[in-house]
Order: sequence, then C-alpha cells, then structure tokens
Amino acid sequence: MSGTYLGMPAFPEAAAESTRDRRLRGNLRHATHTIRDKRARAVAELDDWSALRAAGAALKDRTLRHLDHYLEQLEERVTAAGGQVHWAADAEEANRIVTRLVRETGETEAVKVKSMATQETGLNDALERAGIRAYETDLAELIVQLGDDLPSHILVPAIHRNRSEIQEIFRTRMADWGRPAPDGLTDRPADLAEAARLHLREKFLRARVGVSGANFMVAETGTLVVVESEGNGRMCLTLPETLISVVGIEKVVPTWQDLEVYLQLLPRSSTAERMNPYTSTWTGTTDGDGPSAFHLVLLDNGRTDTLADTVGRQALRCIRCSACLNVCPVYERAGGHAYGSPYPGPIGAILTPQLRSTASALDASLPYASSLCGACYEVCPVAIDIPEVLVHLRERVVQGGPAVVRGEKVVLRPARGHAAERAAMRAARWTLDRPRALRAGQRLAARGRRLVPRRLPGPGRAWTDTRDLPAVPAESFRAWWRRTRGDGAGPAGGAGPTDGAGAGR
Amino acid sequence: MSGRDVVLGRIRAALADVPRGERPEDVPVERGYLRAHGNRGTAATVDLLAEHLADYRAVVHRCARAGLPELLARLLAERGSRTAVVPRGLPPEWLAASDVRLLPDRPGTTPHELDAVDSVVTGCAVAVAETGTVVLDAGPDQGRRRITLVPDHHICVVRVPEQVVDSVPQALERLDPARPLTWISGPSATSDIELDRVEGVHGPRTLEVVLAGE
Repeated sequence: MSGTYLGMPAFPEAAAESTRDRRLRGNLRHATHTIRDKRARAVAELDDWSALRAAGAALKDRTLRHLDHYLEQLEERVTAAGGQVHWAADAEEANRIVTRLVRETGETEAVKVKSMATQETGLNDALERAGIRAYETDLAELIVQLGDDLPSHILVPAIHRNRSEIQEIFRTRMADWGRPAPDGLTDRPADLAEAARLHLREKFLRARVGVSGANFMVAETGTLVVVESEGNGRMCLTLPETLISVVGIEKVVPTWQDLEVYLQLLPRSSTAERMNPYTSTWTGTTDGDGPSAFHLVLLDNGRTDTLADTVGRQALRCIRCSACLNVCPVYERAGGHAYGSPYPGPIGAILTPQLRSTASALDASLPYASSLCGACYEVCPVAIDIPEVLVHLRERVVQGGPAVVRGEKVVLRPARGHAAERAAMRAARWTLDRPRALRAGQRLAARGRRLVPRRLPGPGRAWTDTRDLPAVPAESFRAWWRRTRGDGAGPAGGAGPTDGAGAGR
Repeated sequence: MSGRDVVLGRIRAALADVPRGERPEDVPVERGYLRAHGNRGTAATVDLLAEHLADYRAVVHRCARAGLPELLARLLAERGSRTAVVPRGLPPEWLAASDVRLLPDRPGTTPHELDAVDSVVTGCAVAVAETGTVVLDAGPDQGRRRITLVPDHHICVVRVPEQVVDSVPQALERLDPARPLTWISGPSATSDIELDRVEGVHGPRTLEVVLAGE
C-alpha cells in the first residue's frame, strides 16, 4: 500500500469534498443499509443481548483496570507454549521488530491477514522499504492494495468501491502483483471472489512467513483468536513456517470462558452472522501442525495514553466490529477517508484523537465529526458511550488541559481555531448574566432580522461553513412573556408563544 | 529501557486512579446472559444444527452410523473425487465402500500436494446448533489444520447427538484451548463486495456435513 493518511485535511474539508461524490455516497448508502437491517435481525435472535453486552463491557473494564497483570500473564503463557513475545511502545518499534523477524527467516515476502494494528503502524510501507513485499490477502484489503488506495471501513476496507470498480481494478492491476485476472472477468461478486482466489492461491501455497493481527488474546491460556470469513486467515495462520502477530495491548481478555461473550457479540455485530465462517485459535506452536515459529508483538502506540484518560479509556473496549460505522449518518455521507486514519466512523472519531493526540488540525477536528445522535452507542456491543467521549474530547480541544501523550504528562493548550468560538462563549456568558444587555441585544437583533446573512463574516465564517445560522424570531420569548405574562394566549403559567391555540381552552 | 518496561510502566502510570489494593476479580462482571437460548431436547437441537448449517450453505446429510460408508462413498462419487486426504485416526470402515484413493495426513505433505487433492473427510470435536458451527481440534479423526483448508471439498462427520451442543458457551466448555481449533460455519465466504455475502473464497467452497446418528 503506498497510500498514506499523512497530511490529510481536517474532517470538514475532507467531508465537504467527499459528500459531493455521488458515486461514493451511493456505494456507502447501499452497503451500510444492507448490513444495518441484517445486524438488527441477527441481534434480535438473542433475547439476552443486553446481558451479553453488559458482560462484554464489564470484562473489558476488568481487563483494562488490570492490564499490566493480564499482559504479564499472557506473556508467560505464550512463552510457555513455545511462542516469543515482543513489546513495541510505538509504530516504529513494531515495524522494526517485524522487519527484523522477517529478515531473520531469509524471506523477502510475507502473506498478511487483514489487521487493523498493522494498518495503524504502516507496516507494509516499512517492509517495502526493507525490500520485503507484503501481500494483503483479505479480499477488501487486496482491492485496496491493488488500487493503490486507502481503507475506508474497519471491516470492509473497500466499502467505497462498488462491483464494477472492483472489476476494473482487478482487470488492470492484478497482473502487476502476480496472476492476472481471468479473461472476460465480469462484475458478479462470485466471479470477483473467484478471481481473488486464483490470484492469491499461489502466494498462499508458497508462503513461508505470515503476518496477522488478532481479535482476542486469552491471558489465562496464552491463546490467540482470529475471526474471519474467507479462509485467507487460516491460510496465513497455518501454512507458513513463521507466524508474526501484531496485536494491540487492549485485545487481551482474562479467561477462556470469556470468549463465550465475545464470540456471540462480534459476528452478529460485524457481518450480522450467527457465526462467521472461520474462527481460528492457537496457543503458541503445535508440533507438526502449523508454523514452527510464533512471534507475538504487543503494540502500545498511544493505547496507554488513552488508558490514562478515565473518560476516554472506554474506547479501548472496542472489538472492531464496525457496527457504529454502519449506522452512523455522518459516516454514511462523508465516507471513511475523510476521517484520515485506519479507524473511521464514530469509533475512529474517539479513538484516533486519543491514540495520536489532538495536536494536528485533522485529529482536533475528529471529535466534531458527529451529530451526537447516539446511534453508535445504541449498537455498540461493548457499550462504549461514544457521544460521551466525543463531548469530552471536544472539551479537551477547546479548553486544553492535562493529558498523556506518548507516556508523558502534558498540559494541552486550547486549539487555536477555537479562539473565536471561545470568545463568543465568553461574550454569551457575560450577556446572559446581564438581563438588560440581553434585552437590548435581542430587540436589536429582531429589528435587523432581515439583514442577518446566511453565512457569518470574519472569524465566524468557519462556524457557519458547516452550519446554517438559525433564523432570528420577530419577538424573543422574554419579550413575548413580558408583553403577555403568558395569559394572553393560553392557560396561565403553562403556555409558550406557539402553544396558544389549544383546543377546548 | 526495554519496550516491555516502557509499556508496562506507562500502563501503571495510566492506572493511577485504580486503588492499590484492588484485585482483578474485584471489578464486577455480571454474567446475566444465558448458557443456551431455549430448552429444546436432543432431537430438536440436532434439527436446529441442520437448519443453521444449511442456512449458511453447508450441504447437510443425515444417516445412521451403519449407513456412513455407503453415504460417504456416494458423496465422493457424486463429486467426482478421485483422491481424498484422511486423518490418521479416521475410522477405516467409514471409507471402506469408496474407491477413491486415500492419502493419509502426513507432516511432510506440502501445500501444493494438498492443492492437488480432490476432497478431505474428517470427524469433528463438537458442533454448535445455535450458530450452525462444527469445531475441529486437530484430534486423531480430524488431522492437521491444513488438510481441511487447501482441498476444495470437505466432508465433516458429526456423531449425533453426543457431539452436538446448543450454544457457544457450552462448546467452549468442551474444548481444550491448548489444541489448535478451527470453528467452521459454512463454506468460506466474503461480505467484502458491497457488504453482501458470497460463498466460496479461499477455504473449501463445498462443505458437506454428515449428521451420523446411532
């Protein structure tokens, strides 16, 4: 993948661009609506869903509050079972470790299972620079890699592409990476899947090194779990001689039994299936079956900074199901690329600014990429209160304050772009404290209401770029109340200006 | 400082709000969910397994155990299979009636060799009715993970009712995490094109499950 998220514009600019792309909006609307209804049906089959959800959240909270304990336990069990554990404080360190491990095998290529962690670290580019070619094998990741594109969805990275675009990418690009697309390839999904099967087959069969992430790691047993559909995961996990798994430290769960919660929550929330086609679990290495060398790279890369925030911490419960993306009205219209990170949608809007801090204009804009409608919280299988964290992060962006960045305690300064908004809020506070000034201001505004523009001039323009200015009423509520005492138009003490025509009064 | 010390140090600093004496089990986890959804009885559980397997496009067959050799021979013949890889511990009588060439699961077999094999026949460790899943644990009648992955046609025999459980929690109780496990729910599939499910990608494109009763 040669695409990069670096230097991308802040969300409002990116979204202003992407919302004008009618094909993109059509593709996203079609895909998210398809999965939305299916998810609702899959969830409705289980009448204990809310209890599962509560347990899923509580187990993650238990893990997070004692993360050091569980990671040390995990390390011990993985090592005892024949695996080797490595720790990476940031993306560069993780990439360095993986590059070294691949080099030690003497190989110059690796097959990869879809992994959010390695998207986050930019592993493919790092390997490429070291002369190692990483082949993405998940169908959607393959589409992204061949198309020299960026992922735009957690579960289906190529969700922004429709079948005819995929057909075109396969026809024109597959030959550059190996076996060309079959002659006369149609845009039928089954034919496209077949083309991917043929293209990747040779790579799987000769692969000596596999790179994966993991959905869960069990501290008690040292077991890793990969949940997938296509069988590309099984290929990468079992055929190569060396397996390297890069996994975020928050993916650990305490016990084997705890999987009974997540293996029910995850498939129904993500692909809306009772169970995904394939789930693989492995503990270290097994003689004569699968890789003889197993490396686990535990990745921090901003997770401990997130953990330090007692409100934002809940984002680390995330099991990457993508249900929140699929229901989000903002994601559906803006698309995943506008979020400028491998984690788009509502979860990305709270995870990215915590993993990377809110220093860049892009990351500071993400907590605002939401209407706070709360649909994401509703569907989240581990009950992450995304709106709560969004508001919390907006506060941090506007007001600044203490935070932890790369393990260091810092005091963030208020974001510059929000100076006008802060000034407006200060002025509002002053006015609202002074009834006379408020009255005078409101009278003035009402008289000049025809003159109010649709867009504010000067520093206020940024605010109205993404909002419509509310209409100014002819008479303020306060003035109306003063004039009528509330009894001119309805029953005493209860009515407002629009409530005067109550029947039978 | 090693990466390990850095990460663990950061975690401990980040958790300054957690009281010193708190133990992991002090964080309450309410397991108010069900061990199984509904109370069906054995026959209905097997029926549900069959229904859910078929729902995800596995081809389901039912027979008495005595009828297994005949059924397996017929399925392999109908598929046109000439070769089948079999785990070392597969009961030999299961394939006694078939004339396909049997290749035993050996550690030295290369992926390319497996790619040239038509079918694979295995047993399973447990099957989950609620989700339509068969679980392999690399036991003697299931073999190495690769043999059920590379060939394009997998026949999996479930001994009913004793290998069938209702739910995911019950399945996990029966399974040993030290063994490599493969949970299979239908043939390989993808939702990557417009979030619509299509069967048949890298794993076996045809999964036949035989529910063999007493």
